[in-house]
Amino acid sequence: MYYRTFFPRDIFAEMERLQRDMQQAYDPSIRGGLRGGFPAMNVGSTPKSVEIYAFAPGVDPASVDVQIEKGVLTVAGDRTLPALPEKATLHIDERFSGRFRRVVTLPDDIDPNSASAKYRDGVLHISIARKETAVPRRISIQ
Amino acid sequence: MSNNVEKTSAEATRPEAGQAGLFPPVNVVEDANGITLFADLPGVPKDKLGLQVEADTLTIEGEVSFAMPEGMESIHAEVSLPRYRRVFTLSKELDTEKVAAEFVNGVLTLRIPKAAHAQPRKIEIRVD
Repeated sequence: MYYRTFFPRDIFAEMERLQRDMQQAYDPSIRGGLRGGFPAMNVGSTPKSVEIYAFAPGVDPASVDVQIEKGVLTVAGDRTLPALPEKATLHIDERFSGRFRRVVTLPDDIDPNSASAKYRDGVLHISIARKETAVPRRISIQ
Repeated sequence: MSNNVEKTSAEATRPEAGQAGLFPPVNVVEDANGITLFADLPGVPKDKLGLQVEADTLTIEGEVSFAMPEGMESIHAEVSLPRYRRVFTLSKELDTEKVAAEFVNGVLTLRIPKAAHAQPRKIEIRVD
């Protein structure tokens, strides 16, 4: 899913994006590239956690399957749009409809058991804590 | 119904400078009594959604706002601006006084009925 903007706020950022997209067309990731697909995703990082935001409006959260397996996060589900009423005309058809599945490779230091997921305003927010990093310890000499 | 496309897809695509926003994807359905517009605006709380009808222009705007832990650094962003904005030109037979809006889980549903005089009327044929 693309959320395009009409006016690029930064022409250099836009050129960089274009270059990246072209590069990706030549060397796609094994799962078909990072961009595109439904739901759109933002990923953030803090020293203590990894935060994933899946933009999935109009989805029943009970029907969404979120899984972490071998360091890979999968978000899958179904967004079926209501059928077109009889004698109605569809003028613009841009919204995603059908089954979806997106996959994100997670960093190595996450703790899969600490993941939590919340759905609000059409955004599925998955927060996964990082493992307690080894705090420097003083070793006493006996 | 050949002129329907011309009626509704005349999208005005000229956001004013400094108002750059993402285009929310929409579906527009027309039936005999009006037009229904569905727009995906994920991440917009109800109080940050703005709908405006001015003359024959419909503006949909929304501010993206969601919980972010302190000190979060963005690694990858497909929703790259915190704002949505899209403008549509309405046609004259739509009754903008009677627009009904619903906003649930990031999906906006707008119902714009056709004015009474534009509703289909069956004309009886009298035989004298």
